[in-house]
Amino acid sequence: MFGYYIDMALRSLKRSPILTALMVLAIGLGIGASMTMLTVLNVMTRDPLPGRSAHIYRPHLNPLPLDYHYKPGTVGGPTTALTWPDAKALLDAHRGVRQAAMARGYLTARSDHPGAAAKSVAGSFTTHDFFPMFGVPFVAGHGWSGQDDVDAAPMVVVTRKLAERLFGTASAVGRTAHLGKHDFQVVGVVEDWHPQPLFYAIIGTSFDDGDQFFLPLSTAMSLHLDHNWNNGWGKDDSPTSPTVSWLSFWVELDNPAQVAAYRRFLVDYSAQQKELGRYERPASEARLYGLTQWLHREGLVPNDVMLQTWLALGFLFVCLVNIVALLLAKFLRKGGEISVRRALGARRRDVFRQLGVESALIGLAGGVLGIGLAELGLWAVRQRPNDYAHLARMNGVMLIATVVSAIVVSLLAGLLPAWRACRIAPALQLKAL
Amino acid sequence: MQLQPILASLKHHKLTALLLVLQVAFSCAIITNAVFLIVQRVQRVTTPSGLDERALSLVEVDDLDAGANPLALHKADLAALRKLPGVESAALISNVPFSNSEHGSGGCTSLAAVHAVMKAQSLNVPGCAQADVYAGTPGTLRTLGLKLVAGRMFDADEYVPDKPSDQSVIASAMIVTQDFARRLYPEHPDHVVGRDVYFGEGLMKGQPTRIVGVVAHLHQANVSSDGSDDQSALLPVEPNELRALFALRSSPARQDSVIKAAVAALNKSNPGRQVSANDAQTYAHMRASYFQGDTTMIGLLLASALGLVFVTALGIAGLASFWVQQRRRSIGIRRAIGAARGDILHYFQIENFLIVTGGVMLGLLLAVALNLWLMSHYELSRLPLFYLPIGALAMWLLGQLAVLSPALRAAAVPPVVATRSV
Repeated sequence: MFGYYIDMALRSLKRSPILTALMVLAIGLGIGASMTMLTVLNVMTRDPLPGRSAHIYRPHLNPLPLDYHYKPGTVGGPTTALTWPDAKALLDAHRGVRQAAMARGYLTARSDHPGAAAKSVAGSFTTHDFFPMFGVPFVAGHGWSGQDDVDAAPMVVVTRKLAERLFGTASAVGRTAHLGKHDFQVVGVVEDWHPQPLFYAIIGTSFDDGDQFFLPLSTAMSLHLDHNWNNGWGKDDSPTSPTVSWLSFWVELDNPAQVAAYRRFLVDYSAQQKELGRYERPASEARLYGLTQWLHREGLVPNDVMLQTWLALGFLFVCLVNIVALLLAKFLRKGGEISVRRALGARRRDVFRQLGVESALIGLAGGVLGIGLAELGLWAVRQRPNDYAHLARMNGVMLIATVVSAIVVSLLAGLLPAWRACRIAPALQLKAL
Repeated sequence: MQLQPILASLKHHKLTALLLVLQVAFSCAIITNAVFLIVQRVQRVTTPSGLDERALSLVEVDDLDAGANPLALHKADLAALRKLPGVESAALISNVPFSNSEHGSGGCTSLAAVHAVMKAQSLNVPGCAQADVYAGTPGTLRTLGLKLVAGRMFDADEYVPDKPSDQSVIASAMIVTQDFARRLYPEHPDHVVGRDVYFGEGLMKGQPTRIVGVVAHLHQANVSSDGSDDQSALLPVEPNELRALFALRSSPARQDSVIKAAVAALNKSNPGRQVSANDAQTYAHMRASYFQGDTTMIGLLLASALGLVFVTALGIAGLASFWVQQRRRSIGIRRAIGAARGDILHYFQIENFLIVTGGVMLGLLLAVALNLWLMSHYELSRLPLFYLPIGALAMWLLGQLAVLSPALRAAAVPPVVATRSV
């Protein structure tokens, strides 16, 4: 029966090729445009730490004085990061499974290797839990220990890329790296690891190449290395000042009980700081954000991409209305044919199914066209120099989703017209024939 | 032409007509807002920088091994660049508009205002304002093509070398934009030459800088959303950092060869550095990459708006031809009993006008609603009301164009059709 419906649908579609082409084009355009934008959105909002992100949290404290005026929710405001005293207190409290504080900075990498000019490279100053917490994959060696953090040991973990730049080989453990004005012993080499977006950077719009070296935070502080973001509000602007925020802080919490306990701990800590007279704002302003929640709060999805996605969905909607109108006209015109089938014994259900098959066929063709158009659209996006553009590719899931959504959309569009068509009274129609 | 028969016939196709009305309404709402967004983006992209952008080129050098006084090295580079064939003038500058690297400083017109700033911890007091600072070596104004509207250029003895990072110098002279002058002296913005301003480090130390000239425009390093983007100040301070930015002016035809020669000359003068072709670009190129997010958006908005126009026109035309086919017989009867071709043509045109009018009415409401929603979510500005009649007119025109071909086909139906059965 199904094969018969397909045959009938094909005949019917062939009878009005222009109208069929219009409907396929409308579905294809709508699906193509929305899939292009959804793919870009998917790239922008994808998980920077697959498998781990659900357990990674970001504490947020507010040590600002009451008369400090800033728009709440401002991206890059002073409370985006933590001050050194707060970060130190959270590190020493050890309330999470793991925790690490970090800041990013640039150092000049000098190579003994002939032919390699000095180059300024980005890296992070952090604490020892950074590597196990974020699951940074090591090629050789290991991270540094908690004792090394305390000792401000001159150690460094470099990426494979930097190791090859400095030493011409990835087996660099034990060698000495010249970074900035200082020498560091390489204790570990990691894969070129750069989560996108680079969520742990404070100014998080970075879809950049990520970090190439990792130094103990204490070492960086004792050597007075510059970090690339800070925001102060008091007279003292040294890195250890309680009125300068510059540290990003992340904590690993494995179950809801730990999360609740950590949240309580943050509020208690704020209350205690308030009692000591350091904080002026209510302790309830302390927050704990999940990783994805934090990315949204920081506006890592550019407004333009959101706007484009809404635009594409609006476009799809107009196409949908368009197809409903065209299908309605088409199906109602088949009143005579439907009445003959009904008079010969077809039930309403059968007519409805037959018309459904016809809509689905249009959807299938539209979906195939949509894939072509979306590939074209994504190709155009990849030609743009935007920092995320080169990531915009369709994966298998998106391909299947395109075709399935095209069929679903056209079935939805066909629902109303088919329902109207199978309610035609056969007797009246047959008389008119 | 009577409306009644048209309305009566539309009543038979209530659902189809309603769907068409809806489609026109949504298209109208989206297209109006998309066009508004496009116009805004185009305005952003075409923001004047205040520079003479033609034939201006930039070369950036990062001398990580330059030592404590990079300026000496970079002045030698500058001398070499000036000798290159085709280079009309060259300067070492701190940054340029639309470069993303901004350096702002506050300025106050009196010591009383300075005290008010210190007390309020904010520049938001009368007589004080914030400006983006551009510093450069002699020849900066000429190389950038800035036009003085009052006062004079810097004298040679006013130029001072910048000091390394943590200590900064206070210049004795400055040139401001008209906009910055207006902010500092709202009462007499045209008489600022010769006045003293406590600016930048001078604000902290209570040491004044004299305004010696005024330029018409010099855009800030970044485009902000509030539109106050022309508050800039030029200082006769020679940049003294490891990173150096050279601006070169040449004739437009020689721009490419000048850029190539400049990269070669800079690599030759100091073999330890690696200046690549990526570090050298025309100003136009840098400007284009600063605005590339906007140009991408303009392209996407334009494509979507055109796509919507296309789909809507297809929908109208498709449905109209369907109706024409369906009514061939009644058209034939009408022709047989005396209707002229024009009557049939007008019938379909008026029918379309009625449907599109319904869509437009709903669409304009939706356009305003969509704009309000966008305003609350994406910090867009209010849709100016004059967009609405233009949008309506465009939809009517689109409808009439789309229906023209089916309507002409209807008008061509011969009366004899009436005598045939089906």
